[in-house]
Amino acid sequence: MHNMRTFTDQPLEEQIAQWRAYLRRRNGVHGPDVEELEGHLRDQLLALTEAGLSGEEAFLVAVKRMGGLDALSREFAHAHSERLWKQLVMTPDAEKPAHTGRSEILVVLSLAVAAALAVKVAALFGLPIDTGEEMFYFRNASLFVFPLLAAYFVWKRGSGVAGGLRLALPFAVGAVFANIFSFPKGSETEVLTILHLPIALWMAVGFAYVRGRHFDDGGRMNFVRFSGELAIYYVLIALGGGVLTGFTMMMFKSIGMDAGWFVGGWLIPCGAAGAVIIGSWLVEAKQSVIENMAPVLTRLFTPLFTVLLLVFLATMVWTGSLISVKREVLIGFDLLLVLVVGLVLYATSARDPEAPADFFDGLQLLLVVSALVVDGVALASIATRISEFGFTPNRVAALGENLILLVNLVWSAWLYARFLRHRGSFAALERWQIVYLPVYSVWAALVVTVFPPVFGYR
Amino acid sequence: MDVSKDLVAASATPLVLAILAEGDSYGYAIIKRVTELSGGQLRWTDGMLYPVLHRLERQGYVAAKWSASETGRRRKYYRITKEGRAQLAERQQQWKAVDGTLRGIWMQACTT
Repeated sequence: MHNMRTFTDQPLEEQIAQWRAYLRRRNGVHGPDVEELEGHLRDQLLALTEAGLSGEEAFLVAVKRMGGLDALSREFAHAHSERLWKQLVMTPDAEKPAHTGRSEILVVLSLAVAAALAVKVAALFGLPIDTGEEMFYFRNASLFVFPLLAAYFVWKRGSGVAGGLRLALPFAVGAVFANIFSFPKGSETEVLTILHLPIALWMAVGFAYVRGRHFDDGGRMNFVRFSGELAIYYVLIALGGGVLTGFTMMMFKSIGMDAGWFVGGWLIPCGAAGAVIIGSWLVEAKQSVIENMAPVLTRLFTPLFTVLLLVFLATMVWTGSLISVKREVLIGFDLLLVLVVGLVLYATSARDPEAPADFFDGLQLLLVVSALVVDGVALASIATRISEFGFTPNRVAALGENLILLVNLVWSAWLYARFLRHRGSFAALERWQIVYLPVYSVWAALVVTVFPPVFGYR
Repeated sequence: MDVSKDLVAASATPLVLAILAEGDSYGYAIIKRVTELSGGQLRWTDGMLYPVLHRLERQGYVAAKWSASETGRRRKYYRITKEGRAQLAERQQQWKAVDGTLRGIWMQACTT
């Protein structure tokens, strides 16, 4: 240990060691914090013993002044909410998520069933799922599930009826805009609505997640963590669902029956809706138990994508071949930027903001810069020919998204560079990512509400 | 007289920033300075200072560095940043407003 200077009083040293061990067991208080607090305790003890108190007396006074460890570790956990996500089951009474255990399972199950049935309600009003009305279902997909997910958080966080009603408003607006426009067949703006409405409404779920209160920053980052974990759980559940579907088809076929109507009309749509609720509950329940997956995947894929981008750039320079501008290219590069932003975001979410810069941070910067270069090349080749293409809704949406992501990455790169050169703190980068989050949802809302009329629903 | 808990909590941030504006310091010394400044009327639970410091660090108002102390044990020193000074100035305005309001009404109470 770091006892350069210890007390000659052996029992006192033992008591300090005991106190340290006791503090270490607290979640939310990490190694360096323990060291800092121990330093404080020792300074205090030194002053007290010099003032004439015996070792034991001094220890009692110093520990008393330090305060209760329950309250202390709770304060530490609040100041570093990312630690909660790693391992903390909040000390009781710190927050009041009062509902746990059996009642929670009942609520979750009924909400999941409600989500599954919500998908089937429209069929009662003459819009069956399998007779050419798919577009209605795609447009409203998020509306079948997200309000119920928000309801779960309203219940879980005890936000109350008034808060719940306020949270319902965005969903009502979303429902209006998903259904008032009459899109012709094959309309581009309809597809844009289908893709963007969930992004816009996800922010409303976020409001419910952080209790509808002011979107304060710790809460937002927790919602990002939640979203990443939910996506992973959802994929896992979907894999299981695929196996279940396969067996359903195979077994009924073996006795000469076709289960296709059930699988297509019930199992897949209802399961997909219910799984969102179940997945969310699992994330909420497990957040305290396991290490998060999203940051692990980020660590794994950041180097791989960096290598891909560098090799791609090198190849382009070496062979002199330019990006050929086809229809999908812009969207493809949008997705690349989404991915890079995601990697940065999840690397940020799992990082201890106080830790010094390390190799991985350099790698992140390299990833961001190479993505920027690749995107710049793509944009340049698109820009030269944009006049030939004309402005279709798809292209405007894709360009807008490219711009939004580009702004995020340029500033992130700047902040990373400052951090790596010890000119700025990592917290600044974290704050930038958090502050930027609503931009995505606002843009998505804009695409849903403004694009269809502006482009004549084509 | 002991200052109430809520008031202690509310004054913690400006007080810590103001003390750090006097010069770099560390947890134990900050607590000592608070006791000294308040003539012992403002009693903090010592441990509670650290979450406050860490929060300020995270918000970018203070920067921290581990260095050796005169006891030979390493110690975490805190320094106020530019943003911290701006924040301190803002807090000062807020406290002045509160203080001025209270003074106003108490002066009235005395004169009537």
